Amino acid sequence: MEWDVVIGLEVHAQLKTQSKIFSGAPIAYGALPNTQACAIDLGMPGVLPVLNAEAVQMAVKLGLAIEATIPPRSVFARKNYFYPDLPKGYQISQYELPIVSKGHLDIPLENGTTKRIGITRAHLEEDAGKSLHENFHGHSGIDLNRAGTPLIEIVSEPELYSAKEAISYLKALHSLVRYLDICDGNMQEGSFRCDANVSIKPKGDSKLGTRAEIKNVNSFRFVERAINYEIERQISILENGGKITQETRLYDAEKNETRSMRSKEEANDYRYFPDPDLLPLEISAEFIKTIAENLPELPQQKQQRFEREYGLSSYDANVLVSSRELSEYFEKTLALSKVPPKLVVNWVMGDLSAALNQNNLSIEQSPVTPEKLALLLQRIQDNTISGKIAKTVFEALWQGEGDADTIIAQKGLKQVTDQSAIEKIIDEVLAKSPSQLEQYRSGKDKLFGYFVGEVMKATQGKANPQQLNQLLKQKLVG
Amino acid sequence: MSNITTEQLDKIAHLARLKIEETDKPKYCNDLSSILNLVEQINAEDTSNVSPSAHSLDVTQRVRPDEVTEKNEREKFQKIAPLTEAGLYIVPPVIE
Repeated sequence: MEWDVVIGLEVHAQLKTQSKIFSGAPIAYGALPNTQACAIDLGMPGVLPVLNAEAVQMAVKLGLAIEATIPPRSVFARKNYFYPDLPKGYQISQYELPIVSKGHLDIPLENGTTKRIGITRAHLEEDAGKSLHENFHGHSGIDLNRAGTPLIEIVSEPELYSAKEAISYLKALHSLVRYLDICDGNMQEGSFRCDANVSIKPKGDSKLGTRAEIKNVNSFRFVERAINYEIERQISILENGGKITQETRLYDAEKNETRSMRSKEEANDYRYFPDPDLLPLEISAEFIKTIAENLPELPQQKQQRFEREYGLSSYDANVLVSSRELSEYFEKTLALSKVPPKLVVNWVMGDLSAALNQNNLSIEQSPVTPEKLALLLQRIQDNTISGKIAKTVFEALWQGEGDADTIIAQKGLKQVTDQSAIEKIIDEVLAKSPSQLEQYRSGKDKLFGYFVGEVMKATQGKANPQQLNQLLKQKLVG
Repeated sequence: MSNITTEQLDKIAHLARLKIEETDKPKYCNDLSSILNLVEQINAEDTSNVSPSAHSLDVTQRVRPDEVTEKNEREKFQKIAPLTEAGLYIVPPVIE
């Protein structure tokens, strides 16, 4: 039987504020346990939450970027449940009237087209603390530093039809929050995390199947694997005549499986009601307008500009704008070097990206700065070095051996462009290879490469390739 | 007329982690039913010309600037906690 897969994603993005959403405690990552939890975060009797203005701004920024409705009034609600890392016994969230509703995000598909994914809503809420279950003599340890950290929860429509589409959506959203500078996007530290609602239905059916919610996935790769595992699990249950239970499942990356966490039907009774400690939040048209006017260039706009201004292919432009930092690196290198954009693209997406990947570094951590790469590209462009020698120079740049000019001078890598010098070497090579020469002249064209190789060897790769080709052709004719 | 059944009472008591004595249950059912009846009475009013309010005061939420104003007072807070270790609050085990 054939099945349709339907996925909806709930992303929690931690907002990049200085202080918590309802208290003035700091939110720096990695602090000692409970040193960033104040009376409000601890839910001490008598405390009152006061809303962080920056968190509101950031939510509106996101709303504008996804062309969503930002209603003039939104309301905070209490989501009630009991867990030791939630000291008040409720989480302050938004329910009926979220700050952002009905937006959309365009995501690239593998076939080169884009698909518009609806975003149901995005709402502000506070994070809970952390429970540690190990090494406390059968007890749990509670760290409330994270309690009260501002989150925006972004809920997509169930319009993603494969794990690949889900990942594309997540990456687009991840890139967007980084462009907006509202979230640092660090998935290992939990600043950007995702729950996936996965269901399947017989191909073509309009009625959605029962869904399972997968929690605890903290990398793009794991989201894809968890979803694919879950699809297989559900297909196997249905094809064996079983029924899917609506439940929350936890992804175990080590075993690559999902397993039941709790039955959602029971746990889902959160008894939301408007939080009497917080008044309705009013957002004026002027406030929205000011934020709209200061919105940075967004990935899609940047991609279009790159294609238009620099003549990049949509593929190249898409790869570059996928990360704000990468696109900025590209533009900075281009501006400094003034070489053709395609040369910069080739190096940024080629050797530089490969080296970064190999060393597990992000573009901001690159030992080769835009300044250093720009000088190298200039030396390729002005024929000081060939593209091949440039790779040697790049490696030295990566190792921190100075700038391109220093390296070229020290290692004697300057390209030989002196015609007579190249001719002289060609003559020597031809003199040493009489039999190859004879074979070439009697029609074995393939030997051209042999002669190029020999001359390059003799010049340690420094002969200008175009000149060499041209001169060699002349000489070989005899 | 709404009438809260004992089963409904047990469910909301469980969700609120409240222990209710068997002998008190009829009284709770009765009280909660009256509250719901009051709500029903309010519902009967025509409010089509009244905008909904989330709060009894007709004011809106004030916001504070995004600044760190709280200092670390862990020691003070942990003094009144029943059990702490390595800076953590220690609680009965919670494993799902």
